[in-house]
Amino acid sequence: MDFKDYKGVWVFIEQKDDMVASVSLELLGAGRKLADKRGVELAGILIGENVKHLTKTVFEAGADTVYVYDQPIFKHYRTESYMKALLDCSDKHKPEIILYGATSTGKDLASAVATDLPTGLTADTTELDVEEETGLLLASRPAFGGNIMATILCKKYRPQMATVRSKVMKALPPEIGRTGKIVEETISLKEEDIRTKVLEIVKETVKKVKIDEADIIVAGGKGLGSFDGFQLIHRLAETLGGAVGASRDVVEAGWIDHPHQVGQTGVTVTPKIYFAIGISGAIQHIVGMKNSGIIIAINKDKEAPIFQNCHYGIVGDAFEIVPLLIEMFEHALAKEKVTK
Amino acid sequence: MLHIVACIKQVPDTKIIKMNPKTNTMDRRTAPAILNPYDAHAVEEAVRLKHKYGGIVSVVTMGPPPAVSAIKKCIEIGADEGYLITDRRFAGADTLATSYAVTKAIEKIAKTRPVDLIICGKMSIDGDTGQVGPGIARRLDIPPLTSVNKVVEINQEEGYAIVHRKLEDGYEAVRSTLPCLFSVEKTINEVPYSPLPNMIKAARYTPQIWSVDDLEGVDITQLGLKGSPTIVSKVWAPPKPAGGSILEGNPRAQVEQLLSVLLEKKELFEAKEGV
Repeated sequence: MDFKDYKGVWVFIEQKDDMVASVSLELLGAGRKLADKRGVELAGILIGENVKHLTKTVFEAGADTVYVYDQPIFKHYRTESYMKALLDCSDKHKPEIILYGATSTGKDLASAVATDLPTGLTADTTELDVEEETGLLLASRPAFGGNIMATILCKKYRPQMATVRSKVMKALPPEIGRTGKIVEETISLKEEDIRTKVLEIVKETVKKVKIDEADIIVAGGKGLGSFDGFQLIHRLAETLGGAVGASRDVVEAGWIDHPHQVGQTGVTVTPKIYFAIGISGAIQHIVGMKNSGIIIAINKDKEAPIFQNCHYGIVGDAFEIVPLLIEMFEHALAKEKVTK
Repeated sequence: MLHIVACIKQVPDTKIIKMNPKTNTMDRRTAPAILNPYDAHAVEEAVRLKHKYGGIVSVVTMGPPPAVSAIKKCIEIGADEGYLITDRRFAGADTLATSYAVTKAIEKIAKTRPVDLIICGKMSIDGDTGQVGPGIARRLDIPPLTSVNKVVEINQEEGYAIVHRKLEDGYEAVRSTLPCLFSVEKTINEVPYSPLPNMIKAARYTPQIWSVDDLEGVDITQLGLKGSPTIVSKVWAPPKPAGGSILEGNPRAQVEQLLSVLLEKKELFEAKEGV
């Protein structure tokens, strides 16, 4: 394998319902920096049916080139068909780096592609950098259950691959009118060559919890002691008109469902105000909330790492502080209304 | 008769594990080794399908000799057979080298009893990648179905399975040919307490233990650290930010200060109140 043959940074462009996924735009932002540092092209690889017009968005988000596989067989995401397109493209055009969103689709695809290439794949990356000279990708992520960060390298294989958490990288502001080179590719794949078939897609809007869109999140951790103790979090969230978040421990203990989990294996959130109550602040949690506007921590243990990652901290008993906060907040709000 | 193989892993309980702040390594003595919680759901699903359609559940794992206890846990859940592949040459494997070794074990298991279905947990709690399951499927050239949160039907006669795959905003129903591989979400089932006969069986159970030499057609350059394209170059604690201001005083004084911080963002609350 001659590394000189491998050039350029690629982003797998995830699309659904005629839209480019926001994580793909974020990766184009991050990929742009890597490509510029290396002095190489940034390309998107776009696979789907009737998706060619989405190239406009991809160029405006920073890509120089877009490889497009636009065929009916790609109507639904399927591991085998998408993987074949990606392998075909990688074989022909030889990128040095391929980035995927760490979504269920991105992770599924990247795992399959990595096995077939074969190459190394780093999962759920939260920091990316590249060595200017060697082109070595430095992909960092929380490791060992999220208590520490690890930088992962892939020295002997190309392309180097990583899946990247959503909402961690920043998309560039779209440069309206920016264009680039479209490379249209096709592969001969028959429906009967693909062993899976999507029978039906069902949207579930009712049960959906979208804590990643909330302005205020009140998150609770194991420090609340029990399922009953955790109800305090619901009460404060209700008072403030916020959403409820939770640490991994709490979700694993069954006090609340997984869609509420903030952190590496949950959601990444960027609310204007984030309360971390009874949360010690493991790195896997911090990576999911550190970009919040104001972070307020309440914890009994003054040594808890959360106090290194907050804007305001209260060392104290949540069962004393929070009810008082609810009471005083309601009082202040009522007064506010009267004076208006 | 379905033959279902569940792939499992023994992991340190990362919820309990403590880091050594000086060396940035895990202090493994502080953490008990457990069956990866996601894998318990994989085994449970395999056992449920066995009860529904009839068949046999085998579990396979790669790990050090104490991983036998994780296999015993699976016997408690209702698995019938367990296989441990253990060898120093497996050590230091990343996801690519792991999927290679486990695939070799499954190929050997399949020689005596062909495999219809492989089930993995979504990911392990120590590695957190979810990459090994799809890797095994690719190596065996069977379809990988990730994010499975419901098995609708297994039809062995006609050779297909129908499952629901969880999506960000709902699910999709997918039909796949058999054999195939599922990696399952925790929400697929609840793992009940094990019945007493299973516990007794597990206590007495000794799994099949294989070294590299017991497997067939193994390219040892693809095993362990040597066969792993990814390496951990450094492990580090993120630079500690300066930290915030700690609000001092008695609880009432603390809350008062906090309140004034919140009320600076009054517009957030007013919108909610509809004022």
